Amino acid sequence: MSKFEFPASIKSRPVYGTLEARPGKHHLMIADAEGAEAIMDIAIPDLMAKTHIIFISRGTDYGDKLRALNPAIFYEGPSYAASVPRIQRVLQDAHMGLQLYLTGTEGLMGQAMREAVDAGIPHTAIQTEHRGSVARRMQCVHCKGITEDVETDPFVCAHCGLNLFVRDHYSRRLAAYQGVCIDAEDPGNVPEPKGIYE
Amino acid sequence: MSGAEKIHVRVTEKTPLNALVTRFRFEPVDGGLLPTFSGGAHTVVEMKDGDITRLNPYSLMSDPYDQDAYTISVRRDDEGRGGSLFLHNQVEVGTELTISYPVNLFSLDLRAKKHLMIAGGIGITPFLSQIKQLDRAHGNWELHYACRSEALGSYVDYLTTTHPNDVNVYYDDQDQVIDLENLLDGQPLGTHIYVCGPKGMIDWVRGKAADLGWPREAVHYEEFLAPQPGKPFEVKLAISNKVVQVGEQESLLEAIERAGVDAPYLCRGGACGMCETRVIDYAGNFIHRDHWLEEDEHASGEKIMPCVSRFEGKTLVLDR
Repeated sequence: MSKFEFPASIKSRPVYGTLEARPGKHHLMIADAEGAEAIMDIAIPDLMAKTHIIFISRGTDYGDKLRALNPAIFYEGPSYAASVPRIQRVLQDAHMGLQLYLTGTEGLMGQAMREAVDAGIPHTAIQTEHRGSVARRMQCVHCKGITEDVETDPFVCAHCGLNLFVRDHYSRRLAAYQGVCIDAEDPGNVPEPKGIYE
Repeated sequence: MSGAEKIHVRVTEKTPLNALVTRFRFEPVDGGLLPTFSGGAHTVVEMKDGDITRLNPYSLMSDPYDQDAYTISVRRDDEGRGGSLFLHNQVEVGTELTISYPVNLFSLDLRAKKHLMIAGGIGITPFLSQIKQLDRAHGNWELHYACRSEALGSYVDYLTTTHPNDVNVYYDDQDQVIDLENLLDGQPLGTHIYVCGPKGMIDWVRGKAADLGWPREAVHYEEFLAPQPGKPFEVKLAISNKVVQVGEQESLLEAIERAGVDAPYLCRGGACGMCETRVIDYAGNFIHRDHWLEEDEHASGEKIMPCVSRFEGKTLVLDR
Protein backbone atom coordinates (compact mmCIF):
# COMPACT_ATOMS: atom_id res chain seq x y z
CA MET A 1 0.00 0.00 0.00
CA SER A 2 1.58 3.25 -1.12
CA LYS A 3 -0.76 5.64 0.72
CA PHE A 4 -0.03 7.00 4.19
CA GLU A 5 -2.44 8.72 6.54
CA PHE A 6 -0.48 11.70 7.89
CA PRO A 7 -1.32 12.71 11.48
CA ALA A 8 -2.55 16.26 12.18
CA SER A 9 0.24 18.78 12.40
CA ILE A 10 1.27 22.42 12.55
CA LYS A 11 0.37 24.80 9.72
CA SER A 12 3.79 24.95 8.11
CA ARG A 13 3.85 21.23 7.29
CA PRO A 14 2.70 20.66 3.72
CA VAL A 15 -0.62 18.94 3.10
CA TYR A 16 -0.97 16.73 0.04
CA GLY A 17 -4.11 16.00 -1.92
CA THR A 18 -5.31 13.49 -4.48
CA LEU A 19 -4.52 14.02 -8.14
CA GLU A 20 -7.40 14.74 -10.49
CA ALA A 21 -7.35 15.38 -14.23
CA ARG A 22 -7.89 19.07 -14.92
CA PRO A 23 -8.78 20.88 -18.15
CA GLY A 24 -5.81 22.05 -20.19
CA LYS A 25 -3.93 21.50 -23.41
CA HIS A 26 -0.66 20.43 -21.79
CA HIS A 27 0.02 18.34 -18.73
CA LEU A 28 3.31 17.68 -16.94
CA MET A 29 3.48 14.84 -14.41
CA ILE A 30 6.57 14.38 -12.28
CA ALA A 31 6.73 11.29 -10.07
CA ASP A 32 9.11 9.03 -8.22
CA ALA A 33 8.71 5.38 -7.14
CA GLU A 34 5.14 4.61 -5.95
CA GLY A 35 3.99 8.00 -7.27
CA ALA A 36 3.55 6.06 -10.52
CA GLU A 37 0.42 4.51 -8.99
CA ALA A 38 -1.21 7.93 -8.55
CA ILE A 39 -0.60 8.66 -12.24
CA MET A 40 -2.06 5.29 -13.23
CA ASP A 41 -5.15 6.08 -11.13
CA ILE A 42 -6.05 9.10 -13.28
CA ALA A 43 -4.57 8.02 -16.63
CA ILE A 44 -7.05 7.93 -19.48
CA PRO A 45 -5.97 7.95 -23.14
CA ASP A 46 -7.26 11.52 -23.83
CA LEU A 47 -5.23 12.88 -20.93
CA MET A 48 -2.13 10.81 -21.67
CA ALA A 49 -2.08 12.07 -25.28
CA LYS A 50 -1.36 15.55 -23.87
CA THR A 51 0.96 14.48 -21.02
CA HIS A 52 4.70 14.57 -20.50
CA ILE A 53 5.74 12.15 -17.72
CA ILE A 54 9.06 12.54 -15.92
CA PHE A 55 9.66 9.51 -13.72
CA ILE A 56 12.43 8.57 -11.29
CA SER A 57 12.09 4.89 -10.47
CA ARG A 58 14.22 4.71 -7.30
CA GLY A 59 14.58 0.98 -7.83
CA THR A 60 10.92 0.25 -8.54
CA ASP A 61 9.67 -1.34 -11.76
CA TYR A 62 6.85 1.07 -12.57
CA GLY A 63 8.65 2.49 -15.61
CA ASP A 64 7.21 -0.03 -18.07
CA LYS A 65 3.70 0.39 -16.68
CA LEU A 66 3.87 4.16 -17.15
CA ARG A 67 5.28 3.79 -20.65
CA ALA A 68 2.37 1.48 -21.45
CA LEU A 69 -0.03 4.38 -20.73
CA ASN A 70 1.25 5.94 -23.99
CA PRO A 71 1.98 9.43 -22.72
CA ALA A 72 2.91 12.02 -25.36
CA ILE A 73 6.45 12.08 -23.91
CA PHE A 74 7.94 9.68 -21.39
CA TYR A 75 11.27 10.14 -19.63
CA GLU A 76 12.72 7.90 -16.97
CA GLY A 77 15.75 9.27 -15.13
CA PRO A 78 18.19 7.62 -12.73
CA SER A 79 17.78 10.31 -10.05
CA TYR A 80 15.95 13.54 -9.34
CA ALA A 81 19.16 15.49 -9.86
CA ALA A 82 19.56 13.95 -13.31
CA SER A 83 16.04 15.03 -14.29
CA VAL A 84 16.39 18.66 -13.16
CA PRO A 85 17.77 20.04 -16.46
CA ARG A 86 14.83 18.44 -18.28
CA ILE A 87 12.28 19.79 -15.78
CA GLN A 88 13.73 23.28 -16.08
CA ARG A 89 13.73 23.12 -19.87
CA VAL A 90 10.15 21.88 -20.05
CA LEU A 91 8.99 24.67 -17.71
CA GLN A 92 10.98 27.29 -19.61
CA ASP A 93 9.18 26.37 -22.83
CA ALA A 94 5.76 25.91 -21.23
CA HIS A 95 2.78 28.21 -21.58
CA MET A 96 0.07 29.34 -19.18
CA GLY A 97 -2.53 26.64 -18.87
CA LEU A 98 0.04 23.91 -18.29
CA GLN A 99 -1.27 21.55 -15.61
CA LEU A 100 1.37 20.28 -13.22
CA TYR A 101 0.99 17.06 -11.21
CA LEU A 102 3.57 16.03 -8.60
CA THR A 103 3.40 12.68 -6.85
CA GLY A 104 5.63 10.37 -4.83
CA THR A 105 7.95 11.30 -1.98
CA GLU A 106 7.96 14.64 -0.22
CA GLY A 107 11.50 15.36 -1.39
CA LEU A 108 10.55 14.89 -5.04
CA MET A 109 7.35 16.94 -4.79
CA GLY A 110 8.99 19.74 -2.82
CA GLN A 111 11.95 20.14 -5.15
CA ALA A 112 9.87 19.94 -8.32
CA MET A 113 7.42 22.45 -6.84
CA ARG A 114 10.28 24.84 -6.19
CA GLU A 115 11.29 24.66 -9.87
CA ALA A 116 7.70 25.24 -10.95
CA VAL A 117 7.18 28.22 -8.64
CA ASP A 118 10.45 29.74 -9.87
CA ALA A 119 9.10 29.29 -13.40
CA GLY A 120 5.96 31.23 -12.49
CA ILE A 121 3.27 28.72 -11.47
CA PRO A 122 1.48 29.77 -8.24
CA HIS A 123 2.17 27.04 -5.66
CA THR A 124 -1.53 26.79 -4.89
CA ALA A 125 -2.19 25.81 -8.53
CA ILE A 126 0.08 22.76 -8.38
CA GLN A 127 -1.50 19.39 -7.61
CA THR A 128 0.30 16.99 -5.30
CA GLU A 129 -0.32 13.48 -4.01
CA HIS A 130 1.95 11.73 -1.56
CA ARG A 131 2.81 8.09 -2.29
CA GLY A 132 5.47 5.74 -0.98
CA SER A 133 8.17 6.55 1.53
CA VAL A 134 7.44 9.07 4.28
CA ALA A 135 11.16 9.85 4.62
CA ARG A 136 11.97 13.55 4.75
CA ARG A 137 14.45 15.81 3.05
CA MET A 138 16.10 17.62 5.98
CA GLN A 139 18.17 20.76 6.22
CA CYS A 140 20.58 21.06 9.15
CA VAL A 141 19.99 24.56 10.52
CA HIS A 142 23.57 24.62 11.80
CA CYS A 143 25.68 23.70 8.75
CA LYS A 144 22.86 24.16 6.16
CA GLY A 145 23.67 20.78 4.62
CA ILE A 146 20.79 18.72 3.20
CA THR A 147 20.32 15.10 4.23
CA GLU A 148 17.97 13.19 1.93
CA ASP A 149 15.56 10.39 2.86
CA VAL A 150 15.66 10.78 6.63
CA GLU A 151 13.48 8.09 8.21
CA THR A 152 14.26 8.46 11.90
CA ASP A 153 14.06 11.12 14.56
CA PRO A 154 16.63 12.07 15.74
CA PHE A 155 19.18 11.47 12.99
CA VAL A 156 22.81 12.33 12.31
CA CYS A 157 23.51 15.19 9.87
CA ALA A 158 25.28 13.71 6.85
CA HIS A 159 27.41 16.85 6.61
CA CYS A 160 28.47 18.03 10.10
CA GLY A 161 27.61 14.98 12.19
CA LEU A 162 25.38 16.74 14.76
CA ASN A 163 22.45 14.82 16.22
CA LEU A 164 19.36 16.52 14.76
CA PHE A 165 15.76 16.62 15.93
CA VAL A 166 13.28 16.35 13.02
CA ARG A 167 10.94 19.34 13.11
CA ASP A 168 7.61 19.69 11.26
CA HIS A 169 8.71 23.14 10.18
CA TYR A 170 8.97 23.10 6.38
CA SER A 171 10.52 25.55 3.91
CA ARG A 172 9.12 25.78 0.38
CA ARG A 173 12.21 27.75 -0.64
CA LEU A 174 14.55 24.99 0.48
CA ALA A 175 12.08 22.15 -0.17
CA ALA A 176 13.20 20.71 3.16
CA TYR A 177 12.25 20.33 6.82
CA GLN A 178 14.31 21.87 9.57
CA GLY A 179 16.69 19.72 11.63
CA VAL A 180 17.87 21.19 14.96
CA CYS A 181 20.61 19.89 17.26
CA ILE A 182 18.93 17.78 19.95
CA ASP A 183 21.81 17.54 22.45
CA ALA A 184 23.30 21.04 22.34
CA GLU A 185 22.82 21.64 26.08
CA ASP A 186 23.84 18.15 27.17
CA PRO A 187 26.14 16.66 24.51
CA GLY A 188 25.69 12.93 24.13
CA ASN A 189 22.22 12.84 25.68
CA VAL A 190 20.46 11.66 22.53
CA PRO A 191 17.11 9.81 22.65
CA GLU A 192 16.83 6.46 20.90
CA PRO A 193 15.93 7.15 17.20
CA LYS A 194 12.45 6.08 16.15
CA GLY A 195 10.33 6.43 13.03
CA ILE A 196 9.26 10.05 12.34
CA TYR A 197 5.53 9.28 12.71
CA GLU A 198 5.89 6.71 15.53
CA MET B 1 -14.10 56.85 12.00
CA SER B 2 -14.50 54.20 9.33
CA GLY B 3 -12.77 54.00 5.97
CA ALA B 4 -9.16 54.88 5.20
CA GLU B 5 -7.58 58.07 6.57
CA LYS B 6 -8.66 61.30 4.88
CA ILE B 7 -6.79 63.93 2.87
CA HIS B 8 -8.05 67.44 2.09
CA VAL B 9 -7.36 68.39 -1.49
CA ARG B 10 -8.09 71.17 -3.91
CA VAL B 11 -8.96 70.62 -7.56
CA THR B 12 -6.19 72.27 -9.60
CA GLU B 13 -7.11 71.07 -13.09
CA LYS B 14 -10.34 69.89 -14.70
CA THR B 15 -9.67 68.57 -18.18
CA PRO B 16 -12.42 67.25 -20.46
CA LEU B 17 -11.00 64.38 -22.53
CA ASN B 18 -14.01 63.57 -24.68
CA ALA B 19 -17.79 63.65 -24.64
CA LEU B 20 -17.98 61.43 -21.54
CA VAL B 21 -14.72 61.53 -19.60
CA THR B 22 -13.17 64.34 -17.58
CA ARG B 23 -9.88 64.26 -15.70
CA PHE B 24 -9.45 65.91 -12.29
CA ARG B 25 -6.15 66.80 -10.63
CA PHE B 26 -6.07 66.97 -6.82
CA GLU B 27 -3.37 68.72 -4.81
CA PRO B 28 -3.22 68.77 -1.01
CA VAL B 29 -4.70 71.92 0.54
CA ASP B 30 -1.89 72.15 3.10
CA GLY B 31 0.76 72.14 0.37
CA GLY B 32 2.39 68.98 1.74
CA LEU B 33 3.19 65.73 -0.01
CA LEU B 34 0.64 63.05 -0.77
CA PRO B 35 1.38 59.43 0.12
CA THR B 36 2.83 57.29 -2.66
CA PHE B 37 0.64 54.36 -3.68
CA SER B 38 0.86 51.24 -5.82
CA GLY B 39 -0.49 50.87 -9.34
CA GLY B 40 -4.16 49.91 -9.37
CA ALA B 41 -5.05 51.78 -6.15
CA HIS B 42 -8.20 53.86 -5.81
CA THR B 43 -9.29 56.76 -3.63
CA VAL B 44 -12.76 57.34 -2.22
CA VAL B 45 -13.94 60.86 -3.06
CA GLU B 46 -16.37 62.51 -0.64
CA MET B 47 -19.02 64.62 -2.34
CA LYS B 48 -21.42 66.81 -0.40
CA ASP B 49 -24.33 67.25 -2.76
CA GLY B 50 -26.95 69.15 -0.80
CA ASP B 51 -28.12 66.89 2.03
CA ILE B 52 -26.53 63.82 0.50
CA THR B 53 -22.94 62.80 1.10
CA ARG B 54 -21.67 60.50 -1.61
CA LEU B 55 -18.47 58.48 -1.26
CA ASN B 56 -17.42 57.09 -4.62
CA PRO B 57 -14.24 55.13 -5.43
CA TYR B 58 -12.11 56.19 -8.41
CA SER B 59 -8.90 54.57 -9.62
CA LEU B 60 -5.80 56.71 -9.30
CA MET B 61 -4.21 57.08 -12.71
CA SER B 62 -1.23 59.28 -11.94
CA ASP B 63 2.34 58.14 -11.37
CA PRO B 64 2.30 56.21 -8.04
CA TYR B 65 5.54 57.95 -7.03
CA ASP B 66 4.27 61.48 -7.80
CA GLN B 67 3.52 62.97 -4.38
CA ASP B 68 2.53 66.41 -5.65
CA ALA B 69 -0.87 65.45 -7.03
CA TYR B 70 -3.31 62.62 -7.74
CA THR B 71 -5.38 62.42 -10.89
CA ILE B 72 -8.59 60.54 -11.57
CA SER B 73 -10.68 60.24 -14.71
CA VAL B 74 -14.43 60.15 -14.34
CA ARG B 75 -16.88 58.88 -16.90
CA ARG B 76 -20.19 60.74 -16.78
CA ASP B 77 -23.06 58.39 -16.04
CA ASP B 78 -26.34 60.11 -16.86
CA GLU B 79 -28.36 57.18 -15.54
CA GLY B 80 -26.49 56.73 -12.26
CA ARG B 81 -27.22 58.19 -8.86
CA GLY B 82 -25.37 61.38 -9.56
CA GLY B 83 -21.80 60.99 -8.22
CA SER B 84 -20.19 61.37 -11.62
CA LEU B 85 -22.64 64.14 -12.61
CA PHE B 86 -21.75 66.01 -9.43
CA LEU B 87 -18.05 65.85 -10.28
CA HIS B 88 -18.67 66.85 -13.90
CA ASN B 89 -21.13 69.67 -13.21
CA GLN B 90 -20.45 71.04 -9.74
CA VAL B 91 -16.73 70.56 -9.14
CA GLU B 92 -14.47 73.20 -10.64
CA VAL B 93 -10.86 74.26 -10.35
CA GLY B 94 -10.51 75.56 -6.80
CA THR B 95 -13.17 73.28 -5.27
CA GLU B 96 -11.98 71.64 -2.05
CA LEU B 97 -12.77 67.98 -1.51
CA THR B 98 -12.00 65.27 0.98
CA ILE B 99 -10.53 62.06 -0.43
CA SER B 100 -9.31 58.91 1.28
CA TYR B 101 -5.78 57.59 1.46
CA PRO B 102 -5.13 55.27 -1.49
CA VAL B 103 -6.45 51.72 -1.08
CA ASN B 104 -5.40 48.97 -3.48
CA LEU B 105 -7.67 46.04 -4.27
CA PHE B 106 -6.18 45.59 -7.75
CA SER B 107 -2.44 45.47 -7.23
CA LEU B 108 0.12 43.93 -9.52
CA ASP B 109 1.43 40.52 -8.49
CA LEU B 110 5.12 41.30 -8.68
CA ARG B 111 5.99 37.60 -8.81
CA ALA B 112 4.57 37.55 -12.34
CA LYS B 113 7.04 37.21 -15.22
CA LYS B 114 4.69 39.11 -17.47
CA HIS B 115 1.62 41.30 -16.93
CA LEU B 116 -1.16 40.96 -19.51
CA MET B 117 -3.62 43.84 -19.12
CA ILE B 118 -7.10 43.85 -20.60
CA ALA B 119 -9.14 47.06 -20.34
CA GLY B 120 -12.65 48.00 -21.43
CA GLY B 121 -13.66 51.67 -21.66
CA ILE B 122 -13.07 53.68 -18.48
CA GLY B 123 -11.54 50.48 -17.02
CA ILE B 124 -8.30 51.82 -18.51
CA THR B 125 -7.64 54.08 -15.49
CA PRO B 126 -5.97 51.64 -13.03
CA PHE B 127 -3.68 50.44 -15.82
CA LEU B 128 -2.33 53.96 -16.36
CA SER B 129 -0.78 53.94 -12.87
CA GLN B 130 0.24 50.28 -13.11
CA ILE B 131 2.05 50.97 -16.39
CA LYS B 132 3.94 53.86 -14.79
CA GLN B 133 4.93 51.60 -11.91
CA LEU B 134 6.04 48.80 -14.24
CA ASP B 135 7.98 51.15 -16.51
CA ARG B 136 10.09 52.24 -13.56
CA ALA B 137 10.85 48.61 -12.72
CA HIS B 138 11.39 47.68 -16.38
CA GLY B 139 8.49 45.26 -16.07
CA ASN B 140 7.25 43.09 -18.91
CA TRP B 141 3.68 44.03 -19.84
CA GLU B 142 1.27 44.43 -22.71
CA LEU B 143 -2.11 46.12 -22.85
CA HIS B 144 -5.22 45.21 -24.85
CA TYR B 145 -7.70 48.06 -24.66
CA ALA B 146 -11.21 47.91 -26.08
CA CYS B 147 -13.20 51.13 -26.42
CA ARG B 148 -16.37 52.19 -28.18
CA SER B 149 -14.91 54.49 -30.80
CA GLU B 150 -11.88 56.62 -31.57
CA ALA B 151 -13.74 59.64 -30.23
CA LEU B 152 -14.34 57.93 -26.86
CA GLY B 153 -10.94 56.25 -26.57
CA SER B 154 -9.58 57.95 -23.46
CA TYR B 155 -5.76 58.04 -23.38
CA VAL B 156 -5.40 56.04 -26.60
CA ASP B 157 -3.12 58.66 -28.14
CA TYR B 158 -1.01 58.94 -25.02
CA LEU B 159 -0.64 55.16 -24.71
CA THR B 160 0.08 54.43 -28.35
CA THR B 161 2.60 57.26 -28.54
CA THR B 162 4.51 56.34 -25.39
CA HIS B 163 4.29 52.55 -25.80
CA PRO B 164 3.68 51.81 -29.48
CA ASN B 165 4.79 48.19 -29.19
CA ASP B 166 2.95 47.24 -26.02
CA VAL B 167 -0.47 48.79 -26.53
CA ASN B 168 -3.18 47.27 -28.70
CA VAL B 169 -6.42 49.17 -29.19
CA TYR B 170 -9.76 47.76 -30.40
CA TYR B 171 -12.68 49.95 -31.50
CA ASP B 172 -16.18 48.47 -31.13
CA ASP B 173 -17.64 50.68 -33.88
CA GLN B 174 -15.06 49.30 -36.30
CA ASP B 175 -15.93 45.72 -35.30
CA GLN B 176 -12.53 45.17 -33.76
CA VAL B 177 -12.64 42.50 -31.05
CA ILE B 178 -9.89 41.14 -28.82
CA ASP B 179 -8.98 37.67 -30.13
CA LEU B 180 -9.04 36.39 -26.57
CA GLU B 181 -8.48 32.68 -27.09
CA ASN B 182 -5.38 33.23 -29.20
CA LEU B 183 -4.21 35.98 -26.89
CA LEU B 184 -4.34 33.75 -23.81
CA ASP B 185 -3.17 30.59 -25.52
CA GLY B 186 0.60 30.57 -25.71
CA GLN B 187 1.39 33.16 -23.03
CA PRO B 188 4.63 32.22 -21.28
CA LEU B 189 4.52 30.51 -17.89
CA GLY B 190 4.34 33.13 -15.13
CA THR B 191 2.01 35.48 -17.03
CA HIS B 192 -0.71 37.13 -14.92
CA ILE B 193 -3.91 38.58 -16.39
CA TYR B 194 -5.43 41.84 -15.12
CA VAL B 195 -8.86 42.80 -16.38
CA CYS B 196 -10.85 45.95 -15.62
CA GLY B 197 -13.98 46.92 -17.51
CA PRO B 198 -17.66 46.08 -17.76
CA LYS B 199 -18.92 42.96 -15.97
CA GLY B 200 -19.44 41.15 -19.28
CA MET B 201 -15.82 41.61 -20.21
CA ILE B 202 -14.56 40.45 -16.80
CA ASP B 203 -16.74 37.32 -16.95
CA TRP B 204 -15.60 36.64 -20.52
CA VAL B 205 -11.91 36.84 -19.64
CA ARG B 206 -12.21 34.86 -16.40
CA GLY B 207 -14.27 32.19 -18.13
CA LYS B 208 -11.90 31.80 -21.07
CA ALA B 209 -8.85 31.71 -18.78
CA ALA B 210 -10.46 28.98 -16.67
CA ASP B 211 -11.32 26.97 -19.79
CA LEU B 212 -7.71 27.15 -20.89
CA GLY B 213 -6.48 25.92 -17.51
CA TRP B 214 -5.12 29.20 -16.14
CA PRO B 215 -4.75 29.15 -12.34
CA ARG B 216 -7.29 31.37 -10.60
CA GLU B 217 -4.42 33.05 -8.72
CA ALA B 218 -3.04 34.39 -12.03
CA VAL B 219 -6.26 36.17 -13.05
CA HIS B 220 -6.92 39.52 -11.35
CA TYR B 221 -9.96 41.70 -11.92
CA GLU B 222 -11.58 44.84 -10.63
CA GLU B 223 -15.09 45.98 -11.10
CA PHE B 224 -16.54 48.72 -8.93
CA LEU B 225 -20.25 48.38 -8.59
CA ALA B 226 -22.15 51.59 -8.14
CA PRO B 227 -25.03 51.19 -5.70
CA GLN B 228 -28.27 50.99 -7.65
CA PRO B 229 -31.43 52.80 -6.67
CA GLY B 230 -34.36 50.69 -5.52
CA LYS B 231 -37.54 50.64 -3.50
CA PRO B 232 -37.28 52.39 -0.12
CA PHE B 233 -37.13 50.08 2.89
CA GLU B 234 -36.73 50.22 6.65
CA VAL B 235 -33.84 48.80 8.62
CA LYS B 236 -33.43 48.37 12.36
CA LEU B 237 -29.90 48.70 13.70
CA ALA B 238 -29.83 46.51 16.80
CA ILE B 239 -26.65 47.72 18.50
CA SER B 240 -27.29 51.42 17.95
CA ASN B 241 -30.99 50.92 18.63
CA LYS B 242 -32.09 53.01 15.66
CA VAL B 243 -34.63 52.58 12.92
CA VAL B 244 -33.55 54.04 9.58
CA GLN B 245 -35.45 54.59 6.36
CA VAL B 246 -33.35 53.77 3.30
CA GLY B 247 -34.39 56.07 0.48
CA GLU B 248 -34.84 55.18 -3.16
CA GLN B 249 -31.64 56.92 -4.24
CA GLU B 250 -29.35 56.06 -1.33
CA SER B 251 -27.54 52.87 -0.43
CA LEU B 252 -28.09 50.99 2.81
CA LEU B 253 -24.59 52.01 3.92
CA GLU B 254 -25.29 55.67 3.19
CA ALA B 255 -28.52 55.49 5.17
CA ILE B 256 -26.70 53.92 8.14
CA GLU B 257 -24.11 56.70 8.00
CA ARG B 258 -26.79 59.38 7.69
CA ALA B 259 -28.25 58.08 10.96
CA GLY B 260 -24.93 58.84 12.62
CA VAL B 261 -23.80 55.24 12.95
CA ASP B 262 -20.12 54.67 12.18
CA ALA B 263 -20.14 51.57 9.97
CA PRO B 264 -16.94 50.06 8.52
CA TYR B 265 -16.26 50.41 4.79
CA LEU B 266 -13.40 50.67 2.37
CA CYS B 267 -14.23 50.29 -1.34
CA ARG B 268 -17.96 51.07 -1.30
CA GLY B 269 -18.22 48.98 -4.46
CA GLY B 270 -19.00 45.45 -3.27
CA ALA B 271 -15.44 44.21 -3.66
CA CYS B 272 -13.37 44.54 -0.50
CA GLY B 273 -15.52 42.85 2.14
CA MET B 274 -14.98 45.51 4.79
CA CYS B 275 -18.64 46.44 5.32
CA GLU B 276 -19.91 42.85 5.74
CA THR B 277 -22.76 42.98 8.23
CA ARG B 278 -24.54 40.23 10.13
CA VAL B 279 -28.31 39.96 9.68
CA ILE B 280 -30.12 39.28 12.95
CA ASP B 281 -33.66 38.96 11.63
CA TYR B 282 -35.53 39.52 8.38
CA ALA B 283 -38.81 38.98 6.60
CA GLY B 284 -38.52 39.67 2.89
CA ASN B 285 -35.98 39.33 0.11
CA PHE B 286 -32.38 40.39 -0.16
CA ILE B 287 -31.12 41.99 -3.37
CA HIS B 288 -27.46 40.97 -3.12
CA ARG B 289 -25.26 42.77 -5.63
CA ASP B 290 -21.73 42.41 -4.20
CA HIS B 291 -19.08 40.03 -5.38
CA TRP B 292 -17.60 39.48 -1.96
CA LEU B 293 -19.98 36.95 -0.39
CA GLU B 294 -20.21 33.43 -1.77
CA GLU B 295 -23.45 32.20 -3.30
CA ASP B 296 -24.32 30.09 -0.27
CA GLU B 297 -23.78 33.12 1.97
CA HIS B 298 -26.16 35.13 -0.22
CA ALA B 299 -28.72 32.37 0.10
CA SER B 300 -28.25 31.99 3.86
CA GLY B 301 -29.87 35.31 4.78
CA GLU B 302 -27.20 35.77 7.45
CA LYS B 303 -25.00 38.45 5.85
CA ILE B 304 -25.33 41.55 3.69
CA MET B 305 -22.90 44.01 2.11
CA PRO B 306 -24.67 47.33 2.73
CA CYS B 307 -22.52 49.30 0.26
CA VAL B 308 -24.28 47.87 -2.80
CA SER B 309 -26.97 45.43 -1.65
CA ARG B 310 -30.58 46.23 -0.81
CA PHE B 311 -33.63 44.63 0.74
CA GLU B 312 -37.30 44.39 -0.12
CA GLY B 313 -39.74 43.39 2.57
CA LYS B 314 -41.14 44.07 5.98
CA THR B 315 -38.39 43.57 8.55
CA LEU B 316 -34.62 43.81 8.41
CA VAL B 317 -32.57 43.84 11.62
CA LEU B 318 -28.81 44.27 11.36
CA ASP B 319 -26.08 43.69 13.93
CA ARG B 320 -24.85 47.26 13.74
